[in-house]
Amino acid sequence: MATKYDWPAADDRSLIGKRHARVDGPAKARGAAKYSYDRNLDGMLYARLVTSTVPHGRIIGIDTSTAERVPGYKGHVNIVNVGDEVQWVGAEILAVCADTEEHARDAAAAVAVHFEALPHWVKEEDVKKAGEANRVQPAKDDTKGPDLEEAWAGADETVEGYYGLGIITHCCLEPHGQVVDWTGDEITVYASTQAVARIPADLARGLSRDESIGDVSADAVHVITPYMGGGFGSKFNIDTWGVACAKLSKMTGKPVKLMLDRDEELMVAGGRPSDYGNVKVGAKKDGTLVAYESETWSTGGIAGRGSPPLPYVYNNEERLAQRARHLNVSTNIGPARAWRAPNHPQAAVLTMCPLEDLAAKLDMDPVDFFKQNADLTARPEVYRYEIDKCAEMIGWSEKWHKRGDSGSGPVKRGLGMSLHTWGGRPHDSTCEVRIQPDGGVSVNLASQDLGVGTYTTLSVVAAETLGLQIPDITVNIGSSKLPISGASGGSTTVGGTTASTRRATVNALEELKAVVAEALEVDAADLVAKAGKIFAQSDESKSLSWGDACRKLGTRTITGQGKQPDREGGKLNDSGVGGVQMADVSVDVETGIVTINKMAAVQDVGLVVCLEQCESQVYGSLIQGIAYALYEESVYDQATGKMLNPDMEFYKLPGAGDIGELEVHMVQNKYDDRGVIGIGEPPVISPGAAISNAVANAIGVRVPTLPLTPDRILAALENA
Amino acid sequence: MKNFEYIAPTDTLVATQALSAEPGVTAVLAGGTDLVSLLKQGIETPTRVVSLRNIPVLRGISKSGGGLRIGAMATVDELLASKAAAPYRSLQAAARGITAPQVRAVGTVVGDLLQRPRCWYFRNGYGLLAMHDGESLVPNGENRYHAILGNKGPAYFVSASSFGPALVSLGATVTVAGPEGERRMSVADLFRTPDSESERETSLMANEIVTEINVPSVSGWKTATYEVRQRQLLDWPLATASVAVRERGGRVSDARVVLGHVAPTPWRSSEAETALQGKSLGEDAGAEAGKAAVAAATPLSQNKAKVQLASVAVKRAVAMVA
Repeated sequence: MATKYDWPAADDRSLIGKRHARVDGPAKARGAAKYSYDRNLDGMLYARLVTSTVPHGRIIGIDTSTAERVPGYKGHVNIVNVGDEVQWVGAEILAVCADTEEHARDAAAAVAVHFEALPHWVKEEDVKKAGEANRVQPAKDDTKGPDLEEAWAGADETVEGYYGLGIITHCCLEPHGQVVDWTGDEITVYASTQAVARIPADLARGLSRDESIGDVSADAVHVITPYMGGGFGSKFNIDTWGVACAKLSKMTGKPVKLMLDRDEELMVAGGRPSDYGNVKVGAKKDGTLVAYESETWSTGGIAGRGSPPLPYVYNNEERLAQRARHLNVSTNIGPARAWRAPNHPQAAVLTMCPLEDLAAKLDMDPVDFFKQNADLTARPEVYRYEIDKCAEMIGWSEKWHKRGDSGSGPVKRGLGMSLHTWGGRPHDSTCEVRIQPDGGVSVNLASQDLGVGTYTTLSVVAAETLGLQIPDITVNIGSSKLPISGASGGSTTVGGTTASTRRATVNALEELKAVVAEALEVDAADLVAKAGKIFAQSDESKSLSWGDACRKLGTRTITGQGKQPDREGGKLNDSGVGGVQMADVSVDVETGIVTINKMAAVQDVGLVVCLEQCESQVYGSLIQGIAYALYEESVYDQATGKMLNPDMEFYKLPGAGDIGELEVHMVQNKYDDRGVIGIGEPPVISPGAAISNAVANAIGVRVPTLPLTPDRILAALENA
Repeated sequence: MKNFEYIAPTDTLVATQALSAEPGVTAVLAGGTDLVSLLKQGIETPTRVVSLRNIPVLRGISKSGGGLRIGAMATVDELLASKAAAPYRSLQAAARGITAPQVRAVGTVVGDLLQRPRCWYFRNGYGLLAMHDGESLVPNGENRYHAILGNKGPAYFVSASSFGPALVSLGATVTVAGPEGERRMSVADLFRTPDSESERETSLMANEIVTEINVPSVSGWKTATYEVRQRQLLDWPLATASVAVRERGGRVSDARVVLGHVAPTPWRSSEAETALQGKSLGEDAGAEAGKAAVAAATPLSQNKAKVQLASVAVKRAVAMVA
């Protein structure tokens, strides 16, 4: 049923779905945008962490006496205590603060922590060895669909293979941390966070656990995060360092800054679980996929983690016989955090790579194979359309060849593809929109912009609703004192915040229309706001400019409230999207070096709010995907338990010269009636599988595990 | 970072006199692209840092005799821009392989020779030989980037120098100043493989400064460097090869082949040189030289691929001079 909150019809949109430059761009380019790391308050102290140097041990002594004599030392707080166990190198033990960053480092270095060493284990790819070390636990054994035995018996072709990908980190450009200013009863926290509204309760809970601090009310905490430099799922909580930072601020009566170093960031503040596994897939001669079976294992630290949803996308439970088993490997490494589309990139590798191997064995073009089997997906028509569109963008029909580039010379070229899905259900959100007598409009909610376009999309929604332009709107987010809105994770923000903003803006406009109706002596229901005016549809001569309309408010400010969810609030959002990506790569078979020529991405997200910000999310995802496909890997040393590459030198990321040409197509005007759906996660899921498939197509053999480094490429060629 | 005294004298002798004869007590600063991170990580903890930035005689790149003089403070960018250095193609290629504008702008050619190994055990504080509980961590550890030649232990790291292999192939020398005066040595002799943790990867005394590199004329020589690097972004090569050849009557009469990033020093391969001797520079000659260069390689548990990469580097470097 239509409601006044519904998104405008396609021919009635002047801003929604168009390209708009990022509204926070100029402030960021000028350096005017202040990140948490940029906060330098008067009298501020600097804190550093003291962390575990052993991968597993019991703390038998903490000696801070030398540290306390370091010039400038101001105080320290324990995070764990003597007798506690630490389970990974880099685990937080205490925080110390001093008058300068250098003194804080000196003081931290002067703290002596003594450990009783306990047995450790940091490797999981060799699951047999991990089992012998007593580190493996069964986590899942799901059988679904038609009878497996019968399905295997009926399959004309099967492929059995080993596939996987290692541990990577989030590698946020702005590391985790915050500045805390505890003055009197007020605690102001400049936190680098994805959850502005959640941090007050999280911090209050953390502080209240300390008897010497006593009860702290969440209402005493004010979180301020207008800008933040990347989270990717790793920045939802205040963390031990945030609680310690607040305690140091209370203890010293000064603002305290504690931001992680790059090595700490890579060792303990981010981590995507690995996944390795043996996968078997089977199909009929005509290409109909009939069975999928996997036995996988993964680690994400001491708690294991990382069970991927298998089989992925092609998972119809009525028609595909399937069994997915998973083992958890417990390791003494920094614990995993949600990494952009948790478990999906792994699932894509463990599904789309065996499927492309099966297509090769069937002597089928993967485009035909993936399209033919699209009925096994949740949204066959979406994927078929997207596969065709993506194939057109990458030039599949001209460039694709059967497995193994037969051209002469050491550089082989190949194409590969992958499909993905994501939910992206909107989070809860409340919004207040204010219309001032001077014509000013502000959108107010305790959301956050992780660098993804929240400022821009909310400006688009409010401006579109009021018939104004983007610069006419002020978006106030990044403060926990604003109306509560959800954490930004799982692609939930754009659906949630645009809905609450749309409803709040419609409600505010209704109030303004009532005032205008009286002034123009027309029926309020006859009024529309468009092109900077409010006028009567039945008689356009009855009209006021936006400014004149607002002046009729006299001294009154209108506030409109909006919520997500809202049953009577129209259908503004949905969940469940599909995407297809294809890669065109060159592989030097003498050196094993892979070069990306081009990647193409087609993505459905329902109604696109701002095309440019949407596309930017996909560009960023492709780059992040190329990074984990070719370069990124956390390398752990079994003897010492240490991550050997917590730096930007051997924890490799691509530069501008390494990413090739990227082409993005957002599906528009096809599924707009579904409303707004999140874009953050889906496009980062497929690159690993698509690139791996392209490499297999180029060189004629499967390179089993990511990242696709020269040594792995050469080993696969040698083993072929 | 440990506090230190910083001095920037205007005279080389004063600089050397300010250095301690005892290793690790003082450090020399040129571009600082390596030293500053070593200081921050606490791997170098000098009490005094002696900067060479105010010593005019250490600057510049110029023709010298028939050859080339590269002062200790000459940057990678200066080498790339230098007309005098243009004929030295293997050096130019090595310079282009340093793909970070920041490093090129302040990093010096001499500093590249003297940078510490990038071995991740060394950079994580386990020392040059990566000893832990009396054993090297490398042979059974994470050794994908470690040495495949000259790796009988206890040293397994690879020399990180970009210019070292090319300079050795060109027969270059360095002038070294100490408190007692100057001495000259070949670039080949500048590098050495340490036998114990108290030794370093160069034969410089702790109170000596390399003041300049002298490269003989390349007239009549064809030179090239080929680097196998994974990324366009600044990346340590997986293996490199520099070659210098002279021909007589269409046949190789002199050949020098030096590998980089495969051994604790730039690795001169007499096997590859022999393979090239008397050959015409076709594709087969390069491939054979490549094979010969790694015939004696002894890869560790994880770095077998480097054998192939080193061989390909030689083949392709030879192809560049063919």
